[in-house]
Formats: sequence, structure tokens, C-alpha cells
Amino acid sequence: MKSMGRTIFHLSAVFLASALPVFAQAPALQAPATVTAGQSFAIRGSGRGTFYLVGPSHVLKQNVDARQEIAIAGPDVSTSGSYQAILCSSDGCINTTFQVLPAAPNRLSFLLHPSRVPVNTPNAVNGTAIVSDRFHNTVIAPAKVDFRLSLAGEDISSRSVQSVRGIGWFEIGSRPKQGALQVTAALNDTTEPRVIQQVASEACGLRMSATPGPHAVTLQTEPIRDCAGNPLPDGTIVSFTKTDAAGKSTVDTPIKKDKATAKFEVSGPAHISVACGEALGNEISFAGRP
Amino acid sequence: MRFVLVLLIALLTVGLVAAGWVQSGGMKLRAERTASTPEEAVRALLADIQAHNWDQAYARLDHSNDIQQQDFVREIAGTDGSLRTYSALQSFDVWPVHADASHSTLRVRFNWSSAVGSLDEVRDLSVVRDGNAWKVAWPKPNFANVPLQVLPVNYLRWDVIGRRSDDWGSASVDSPKVRIISMNAVERPDSVVVLGEVENEDTVPAYVNISATLLKQDGSPLAQQDSFDAIAHSLLPKQVSPYRIDFPGVRLNQVKSVRMDAHPLLVPASADPVISVENQNVNKDALGRTVLKGSLVNQSGQIVNIAQVLAAFYDTSGKVIWVSDGYVDDALMPQAPVPFAVDIPPDVATRMHDYHVVVNHYTAPRA
Repeated sequence: MKSMGRTIFHLSAVFLASALPVFAQAPALQAPATVTAGQSFAIRGSGRGTFYLVGPSHVLKQNVDARQEIAIAGPDVSTSGSYQAILCSSDGCINTTFQVLPAAPNRLSFLLHPSRVPVNTPNAVNGTAIVSDRFHNTVIAPAKVDFRLSLAGEDISSRSVQSVRGIGWFEIGSRPKQGALQVTAALNDTTEPRVIQQVASEACGLRMSATPGPHAVTLQTEPIRDCAGNPLPDGTIVSFTKTDAAGKSTVDTPIKKDKATAKFEVSGPAHISVACGEALGNEISFAGRP
Repeated sequence: MRFVLVLLIALLTVGLVAAGWVQSGGMKLRAERTASTPEEAVRALLADIQAHNWDQAYARLDHSNDIQQQDFVREIAGTDGSLRTYSALQSFDVWPVHADASHSTLRVRFNWSSAVGSLDEVRDLSVVRDGNAWKVAWPKPNFANVPLQVLPVNYLRWDVIGRRSDDWGSASVDSPKVRIISMNAVERPDSVVVLGEVENEDTVPAYVNISATLLKQDGSPLAQQDSFDAIAHSLLPKQVSPYRIDFPGVRLNQVKSVRMDAHPLLVPASADPVISVENQNVNKDALGRTVLKGSLVNQSGQIVNIAQVLAAFYDTSGKVIWVSDGYVDDALMPQAPVPFAVDIPPDVATRMHDYHVVVNHYTAPRA
């Protein structure tokens, strides 16, 4: 309630400051047209009264003797945007406006997407960096942002992007080799590292072999890899299916140490197949008891 | 006068007790506990099972097959945290199949109320004459006897650690990528059913739920449901699960389109246990219904307390035309096969070309 009253008072002061110059003959305040966020400066004026500085994020009120300059401290103009300075005295109110521009860029907010990506996927990785100053003001002026990409065992590649209205972004395809892809956004001395896990894609060339036992046959796949030669992660499900006179038997078993293993009892002619995701493997037929 | 009052109160008390006994089914219970006919013998046995009167129930059995009471109780009441341990016999129906002077066969439909809802079970029970009474020849339970052994278990486990940062873009891990690989909306006599399959395409486990919204001709929502328990929620990488979403009381001609949503979550998971589904084949059950039968074998070393079978049925073009599910009463002991059966609707049975079975499981945390 108190803050609302204060706001109404401020707005009234702005309104009065806009209207009163028509009637009052007081000299205008003189402020620079633009100032840099966080930098101290002075506003020239005359008279004794109450000074208001109305900005995008806060309002400053102080009693001044404006026969000299009114000093504005840097922290009072840390947010970029349009400001209004108002001086109210017994003769009325006078005002002026000025712009606070962002300071030099020295911060990056960096979003890298996704956190996991299959290898060899075109345009799958995108990064967006937002350039801001030390007060978190988005720096609208173009700034050079470097994106450096490094994968273990590979050369570091980089690309430079000029930010547009505070945003610099890039899009690339994932590499053919799996592993942690480190992407670092850099602006001057500021760096923001992120990591993407490049993971194996679909299984490719899935093959299994059978080892007959007294009552059962043990099936084991060769190391399961994608088409780029990356091993599929352990835990990936591989489905074995046996069809014989007793019906169909299935087992979904996870890959362990690059291979999947299953065991089926075989007592007559049987047909066994293997699949992993969308990849179908070879098939093995038995004429009778192994 | 005082004597008359005491007599009145005593008579009133006796009357109320008698009324309570009749009200609670005492007459029926008494009739069921006399076994002068095969049906009465079965009803009396089931009444004792219902009341957990194990001694009396065991006394009603024909002991010629050397059945032990503890085995009988173990089969009926369940063990090892199985679904049967969370069940109670709610009601039963008995009807004769065959009868002669000394032997009779009766078909019983057990209706169990369980932790996952109402479950039906149909059994044929043999009843034999023993003097003037009839006794139920309960088949001797055949529990798996797995020899003592050490089974190395070294399957993977995924944990999710750390916490999400509040800073924009600073650190996050994407939800698992899952894909609805098929969807089919079919009309049943009393409902519309949306069914299909979902695959975890990612390299990490996913907890998945599927929801469907039926849209009317004007595009507004008609009804929304999710897959509830007709799905294997925890999917390991590349694992596929059928799902079924029921919309009771809706007709297909009310629906213009269906909006599907998959909701994957990143969760800790384990690749253990592995459960194989063996000797699957389509048969008729005792009631003449078409069922998919088989057996589950827990290939791990840990007891699986409750198992659920989900089966997707495909037509000749590979389209999912039905998804059935059923719970298994018994716990899955390591290396011991446990039979299962799921219903197949008659119209699906005639069009079905192939099927795929997935096992959902619940294992109680170890103490």
C-alpha cells in the first residue's frame, strides 16, 4: 500500500513535471543524452528542492541544492533503458530524459541443446549465447562470440559469430565418433563451457552365433556397433526370438560389454532371430537337438 | 415385573444375535459347510478359503495325493510378496462339468480382489466320494525346486545425480527421447480403445506414460485418458512397450481425431532382472476363450514379486490391432518357469497374425 502511494506520487510528479514547464519559467535540467550503465555522471540544474530519478528498475529520491551539479552514482544507473530526471522546487518541477546504454559486454548466457545426440545427425546440435554486460543488461551492439568445439582425439574447431541484438547462435551436425563433445562459448576473456554426449546411433550389421550345449543353445552377438563403428552403450536392449513346435520364446536382454547373450532350450527344429531397435540381425536354424 | 424385564432383554439379545448371524450369511455358510453333494463340498471349501479357515479347508480335501497343508495354504494365500499375498477371494461361481457315482468334476470361477483390481481365475476341481461325504481332490502344488547355487548378477544400473541449476542454460539434461511408433484407435462394444507401441530411442532409461485426447468434430476435446497400467512404464534403451488406453462409453463416430502425447522422464533404473517369455502359443482355455499362453522365467537372482504380461497383437500388415494385459499371481522365483495366460477377444483372434509379449515387473525393496 505504501509503495503504491509512492508510485502514485512519482507518477504525479512526472505529470506535473511535464505540465508545469508551460507555466513555470525555471531553467531545464541538463543531462547527457546517453550514459553507460554503471558509470557515475552529473546532471546540471539550478535551484533547491527534491530530485527524482525514475528508471526502468528503480526510483531515486533525494534533496539537492542544484546550484551545482547533481551527482548520480553508478549503481543508480546500472540498468539500461530510458531514465527521467525530475527536480521539484517551490517554483515547480522541471525534468529531462536520457538513455542508459549497456556497458561493455563481459557476460555470456549459453544454452546448448540437446544434452545427448546420436552421432552423424545433421543439424542436431545448436547453441545460443546471449551477450550481456556485468549488470546483466543485454548488449544490443554487435559483439564477436567464438564457439569452440572439441572432442577427445580430434582437433579443436571453432566458429566466430557476430551477435545480432544480443544473440549469437550456431547449428552443426554431430560428429561421427561418440564421446563427450565440449562446446565453449567465448567472449573476450569470458568463457562458458558446456558438454554434449554424442552417443551411438542405431545398430548396424547385427550378427549372432550359437554355441550348442547338452540341453540348450547359448547365443551371443558379436560386438554391437552402429554404422560408424561406435559400440552401442551397455544396457541397450537386444531381443532374441526362438520359434519351434512349442511356440515362440522371446527374451529381451541388455548389452553387456558390447555383447548380448541369451540361452534357449532347444529340443527339436527351431529358428532363432535377433533384433536391436530397428536393426534386424541374422537368423539361425536348428534341425534338431543341438 | 423385574423378572419379565430381564426375560425380555434376554430374548431381545438372542433375537438380535440370530438376526446378525443370518444377515452375515450364516445360513448360507452352514449349508456350504455340509458336503453331501460334490457342489456343496466345493462351496464349503471355497467358503473356508474365503474366511481364511485354513484348517477346516484342508480338512475338506481328499488327502490321497499326500497334499500338505502348508503347500495348500502357500498356493492359495501366496508367498514371497506375490500378487496373491495382496489378494482375497471376493466371490466364486461353481458349475458341474462331469459327475458319476464316485467322482465329479466342477468348474470354478474364482474372483479375487487384489491390489491391482479384480482378477478372474477358472479351475476345474475334482471331487471324490469318501463314505457319505464328498471331498475335493486338490491337485498337489508343484513348486519349483531350484538347487542352491550362486548366480553372479552384474547388470547395469543408471542413477540420476546432482540437481538442476536455476541459472538459465547453465546445466540441464534432456528428458529421454521416446517415440510412439504406432497408434490405432479401435471400437469395442462398450468403448473406444487407443492402442499401439512406444519405443525408447535414447541411450538412457525412461519412465514413460502415454496420454490420448479424443477430439470432436469441432476440434474440442471429447475425453482424455492415459495408459495407466496397460504399459511397461520403465523402458531401457531401444526397448519397446505396447500401450492401451480405454475410453469407456465413447463411440468412434463421435471422434474426429486423436491427439497423442508421450511423457518421458529421466529416472534411475536397473537392467536387472531379465525375464524371458517362453513357449508362447495361442490356445483355448477351459471356458473356450482364446488365450495367449506361455511361461515366464526370471533369469536373474532376485525374486520378482509381481509380474504383468503385456501382449501386442498384429494383423498381417503389422498393425497393432489389440493389446492385452494380465497379472501373474505367483512371484517369479529365479530360474523357475511360471505360467501365464492373457485373453484375446474373438474378433482379434481371427485377424491376428503375430504377437509380441513384454513383461512388466515389480520387485519389493530388500530390507
